[in-house]
Amino acid sequence: MLAIFAVQLTLAVLVTSVFACIQYRPLLFFSSGHTNNWAVLVCTSRFWFNYRHVANTLSVYRSVKRLGIPDSHIVLMLADDMACNHRNPKPATVFSHKNMELNVYGDDVEVDYRGYEVTVENFLRVLTGRLPPSTPRSKRLLSDDRSNILIYLTGHGGNGFLKFQDSEEISNVELADAFEQMWQKRRYNELLFIIDTCQGASMYERFYSPNLMALASSQVGEDSLSHQPDLAIGVHLMDRYTFYLLEFLEDIHPSSKANMNDLFKVCPKSQCVSTPGHRTDLFLRDPGSALITDFFGSVRKVEITMETINLTEPIQQTYSYVDQLPVSEIIHQKPKQKDWHPPDGFILGLWTLILLVFFKTYGMKHLKHIF
Amino acid sequence: IIVGVPLWWRTTETYRAWLPVSQINELSNLQLQLSAEVEVVFARGTVTPEQQKKVPLTQIQDEEHTVDEDTALRYRYETKYRTATIMEEDALNQPTAAEADLSLHTLSESPCGSLVVYVIPESSSLLPEDMDVYVGQRRTALLRIGAQMRVGKTLDQLLAHLEPRIKQVLQVMSFSHTDISAALSDRVRLSPGNKESIADSMRTFKSSPGYEITFSLLNPDPKSHRLHWDIEGAVQTYIQPLLTKLASVANFSIDSQTLYYAMLGVNPRFDSSLSAYTLHSDSLAHVINPVEARLGSNAASSNPVLNFLLYVPDAHHSPLYIHDRKKQEVPSNAFHSPRWGGIMVYNVNGFYGPEAVFPVDVNINMAKVMGVFLAQLRLLLGVQSSTAPSGFLVAPCGSNGLADWELDRLMWSRSVENVATATTTITSLAQLLEQIGNIVINDNIAEQVSSAVTSLQLAVAELETGNLRFALQYSKEAILASERAFFDPSLLHLLYFPDDQKFAIYIPLFLPMCVPILLSLLKIVSDARQKRREKQAKKD
Repeated sequence: MLAIFAVQLTLAVLVTSVFACIQYRPLLFFSSGHTNNWAVLVCTSRFWFNYRHVANTLSVYRSVKRLGIPDSHIVLMLADDMACNHRNPKPATVFSHKNMELNVYGDDVEVDYRGYEVTVENFLRVLTGRLPPSTPRSKRLLSDDRSNILIYLTGHGGNGFLKFQDSEEISNVELADAFEQMWQKRRYNELLFIIDTCQGASMYERFYSPNLMALASSQVGEDSLSHQPDLAIGVHLMDRYTFYLLEFLEDIHPSSKANMNDLFKVCPKSQCVSTPGHRTDLFLRDPGSALITDFFGSVRKVEITMETINLTEPIQQTYSYVDQLPVSEIIHQKPKQKDWHPPDGFILGLWTLILLVFFKTYGMKHLKHIF
Repeated sequence: IIVGVPLWWRTTETYRAWLPVSQINELSNLQLQLSAEVEVVFARGTVTPEQQKKVPLTQIQDEEHTVDEDTALRYRYETKYRTATIMEEDALNQPTAAEADLSLHTLSESPCGSLVVYVIPESSSLLPEDMDVYVGQRRTALLRIGAQMRVGKTLDQLLAHLEPRIKQVLQVMSFSHTDISAALSDRVRLSPGNKESIADSMRTFKSSPGYEITFSLLNPDPKSHRLHWDIEGAVQTYIQPLLTKLASVANFSIDSQTLYYAMLGVNPRFDSSLSAYTLHSDSLAHVINPVEARLGSNAASSNPVLNFLLYVPDAHHSPLYIHDRKKQEVPSNAFHSPRWGGIMVYNVNGFYGPEAVFPVDVNINMAKVMGVFLAQLRLLLGVQSSTAPSGFLVAPCGSNGLADWELDRLMWSRSVENVATATTTITSLAQLLEQIGNIVINDNIAEQVSSAVTSLQLAVAELETGNLRFALQYSKEAILASERAFFDPSLLHLLYFPDDQKFAIYIPLFLPMCVPILLSLLKIVSDARQKRREKQAKKD
């Protein structure tokens, strides 16, 4: 344990010394290497008494939206509907604290996977991108190699697994394999994985792909506890770790410079009762140089457009009527040459002559029959 | 056992169609050869008559680079030297370089991927004093011979003098090692090079078979401004020619929309010295997010979207100017975000006086707007090349926004990028399928993989021979097939079964069965042994 700590310390010193010269760069452009942000927020448990898991996920959703990530870049998976649940004494609201000052449900929640659609299979399909072609854009994770992704999971878990919907579970090996497939296809630049379940640290033990940072609310063998119940609503409203995480995030604004080291200090044992853990050995940058807004917010890099192309307006072609029809030609046209036909009565006279000659030679009596 | 065991094996195995694994392993080791053809034409006055007799000759040069242990690049330059024909001499006699370029183009058209360099004498007036090279709009360049070649030298010395310049021309107009190695970034994780190359690779969209372009007009103040923009006509006149030229690279679909009451997320500051509102470059980063939530996108396709926004400030915040870091006004009044799109601020307060009756009808000058959007589009698609070396004069791109050699550059880097991405996809898919034994491989996936492998081999072959257009086409087919195979929905592996769980399934079934079998086997063995003992006892 100490040896690992010593190695990490020397590594951190080396990395910071390398990055010291880079800090002189004026442009913020290159420090993180990402151009867009995505978030995959999953609540895996259903039933009214798991109200706190939905509240957890919605509070992270709220922070992430407030700090700038648009709905088109958030995949929100909620296994059950608490705001409109029959048992909710305050419908259309999900509160995070019993003094009810913060309604994390809000006005514009966009849930992408709801109810029974939240399954292990769908979750893995979203991560790896293996969705059927008919899936709409809002249900896909369309990240590229310059995306920073935040993945937040909450629910009931155990040593090495996380329970989905009371009937199936996802193991830490499957999760690690899914991340490796994402890395192979370069679907992320950096990934922050946060999990708030019992024995959450076991879920990130098996990760082996680069550029992953993981946080968990409790170590193996410990349970994550919930914060406090509300007697009016009748259930526990939020889990301790996410409650203090939400408190921390409420102080962050889009141009904040708080870094990951501050995030690791959220919810110490005195407040959380369990010991939160984190894992940064797979992360290539120093966690102190990674800003909170690198994952939770969406600060865009911008460049001033220095060049323009000179385009001229096309000359408007106005046609005058004179030009459209060749009037002068029409007026001065020569009459057309008709074909020559013989005069009209000519053919009639010809046939009469032939008949007369005929009847003359063969006798006049035939002529009587005709006339 | 004879019947049962094979039956059990067949019913529990997963269907895996055959994959060309050996060919895929061959592909993982990528040896790319890029060939470019250059024709160097000597105009009158650059070669002496004795040199002229020896001039029709061809040289082939190879340059090898090893990128990492799996990837090697070889650049082959085939240079043909000849003297100019009478018609070309006439064309070169034009007063300016641009006109010479135009008349040279009417004589002959170089095929895709090749270049023609005309060497003109030092005394020629086509180029300004300090410039040596003029890069035209098509695939020609004019190179002025240096002063030291004034006195007669041998042909070899002349060629040696010209070679570094010709190499620079090739790097600007065809491909350079930095561009190609940047295109390989999917395959090779390179340590960051210089600032410019990182910025370029972060800014340009990755190669994709199609893109969607959306033009949006943001009108935060419809009560004051009634905006009219002829977007259809403007797209047809200015943007469509560029997209038609790029048709071999990707498909583009364009749509447009108007958004009302869309505000900027930041408050501009009033600058009394300019009596205008200003937006500082630091606050530009926060402009995009609030707007992006309201921009729609085509739900049916998963193609990357390029957004171009035209923002007309409301009457109370007009005019609005963008200032860069040095507090200087930006002439284009526009900014862009890498891999997203661009925003331009268009001030309309100049169109009406203070006594105007609101709402005012405003016709937007689409030529000015499209000039900015076209420049941003070029940057985002990766057409814009890095700054040219010293002594180079680059002609402005033509009316369709793209010079032929810029298209060639784009085609080179896209082909290499597609080949690199397709090879990594196929090799990682093969690796994945080998590792996880539980995945079912259907016939259609095997078909896609085979067709991807064939297309890749063809693409690499075409790149070797220098047929750029075919190489790009095959590389696009390869990418489509490999992506379809990798992202096929049926490839989700069956849920993970650790070994101890497998035992847990089989033991309750087989243990009760095995117990009597084992016991009876033991009984048979002990009976046989007893019989043998009895036989022996009898014998004795």
